[in-house]
Amino acid sequence: MRLAVDITKRLGSFCLHVAFACEDGVLGILGASGCGKSMTLKCIAGIERPDSGHIELDGVTLFDSEKRINLPPQKRHVGYLFQNYALFPNMTVRQNILCGLRAEKRSRAQSEQALHEVMELLGLTGLERRLPSQLSGGQQQRAALARILISQPKLLMLDEPFSALDTHLREKLQIEMKHLLRSYQGATLMVTHSRDEAYRLCDRIALMKTGRILTLQPTKRLFANPGTIAAAAVTGCKNIAKAVKAGEYEVDVPEWGVRLRTAAPVLDGLCAVGIRAHYFNLRCMQNRCQVELGEIMEEPFELTVPFRYENQKSDSSELWWRLSKDCKPAAAKLELGVAPENVLLLYDEAEDRQ
Amino acid sequence: MDWYPLYNSLRIAAISCFLVFFTGIFAAYYVARLPRWIKGVLDVVLTLPMVLPPTVVGYFILLLFGVKRPLGMFLSQFGIKFVMTWYGGILAASVVAFPLMYRTARGAFENFDDTLAYAGQTLGLSNTYIFWRIRMPYCRQGILAGAVLAFARALGEYGATSMLIGYTPGRTATISTTVYQLWRTNDEGGAFFWVMVNLAISAVVLLTVNMLERRQKGGRAHASRG
Repeated sequence: MRLAVDITKRLGSFCLHVAFACEDGVLGILGASGCGKSMTLKCIAGIERPDSGHIELDGVTLFDSEKRINLPPQKRHVGYLFQNYALFPNMTVRQNILCGLRAEKRSRAQSEQALHEVMELLGLTGLERRLPSQLSGGQQQRAALARILISQPKLLMLDEPFSALDTHLREKLQIEMKHLLRSYQGATLMVTHSRDEAYRLCDRIALMKTGRILTLQPTKRLFANPGTIAAAAVTGCKNIAKAVKAGEYEVDVPEWGVRLRTAAPVLDGLCAVGIRAHYFNLRCMQNRCQVELGEIMEEPFELTVPFRYENQKSDSSELWWRLSKDCKPAAAKLELGVAPENVLLLYDEAEDRQ
Repeated sequence: MDWYPLYNSLRIAAISCFLVFFTGIFAAYYVARLPRWIKGVLDVVLTLPMVLPPTVVGYFILLLFGVKRPLGMFLSQFGIKFVMTWYGGILAASVVAFPLMYRTARGAFENFDDTLAYAGQTLGLSNTYIFWRIRMPYCRQGILAGAVLAFARALGEYGATSMLIGYTPGRTATISTTVYQLWRTNDEGGAFFWVMVNLAISAVVLLTVNMLERRQKGGRAHASRG
């Protein structure tokens, strides 16, 4: 199933302009709240109407402003899992799921068969007669998914699927969802603002910011090499500073007062470097500099240590170093290194061609 | 004993309630979707009969449907005459009761979670199905309460009714106009009897409303536990 989207929608001063295509597999749309992620899904589902553009799914045009095509949501065959799951409160689980069964083509026996299969797949057997209000958060999510899967959508869209759940449930359900998505034949779009969620579940990730897609890359590649300042920030890189090219494999970072060696060749137009908080290392002998530690923040399993380089400019903000609790630094002044392959080279957003 | 006023009041109230039920829901559903300023204007117009004195409403109805007015003359060609007929009472009661249904239904619709409708649409359910099987059950209690209130108001209508259809025993007399008429003619016992009849009906209606509201609260608490 191929989905191709190229739409524009204006909402007051906010302008949504997204263009992307995806095939089978899970595509994550990652971005801060209010960047237009959910609006994009709603436009694809036909709940919102874009001002202009084109949406095509599996060879069928869902929306085309020039040809004046705008299929109603009922005819788009798109499954939409809402943040609050949107189970019909006046219907039992069974009635809810049967709503997803498109009436046209089935006999009673076939409906029962389909219902049975999907209930089994999602572990809902025995809950047929419950009302949504009598289900746990996880069960509600599974019931909503069952209702969508029985409708055999060509595209599955998940809108912040775990945001309504408690933290401890969230990870468990993410694992379940991963198994389920693997068995689903078709494309999946998942909207999230959590990079962990995106990393766990998505094959590819589109980064969104203020109504635009900054980049769309395979998940691992995006995290290994975000390429732009915005992408580095969204993927959770805590330390980003302006930098200038100093040699083929060297950059100067004036704010931090250091010169760093890099693994990748530095291209012209470099604007910044990023170093993930986890990548500083006491034992690493490369890019090793004297640092002064700030006050250590303790978390359940990790420590976050703010620090400054010896020659760092006084008006620049502290860097963050995250490390496991069992290697707590002994002194306030010590030497920290960072491997050249972990120095992320960041270029202008306009230079990003993906 | 002449039971005609009870019979006439009940049929006027029942038919008005039926009419207002659908028009009120219809108006509530569509007005909510209109652009802001049209919504504001329409909202005022549709709610006015609730705050105007019923005699003023009756005056406006007579302005439109009076025997010598264009609309009244046009309708009289088809033998429809709202002045001094029992079914004129339906018109008066409907206009006065309409805002109650309209506003309660609108409040109920505004509480509706639109994602439920969107979910239904993406699942391929028709908009008619979504309206009757998802939206209406969700708003059921509010809408029922509105209908009961509209019924009660229609039953108790006096001002507009007396302006439009007056009081003719056995033809246009309703409970409320009968009470006034009997009191005026010094039949205190008769007036008292009809007052008690009216009290009994109103008490039943209010009890029903309270029961509906309590059940609604219970339902909400139950739902939010999930």
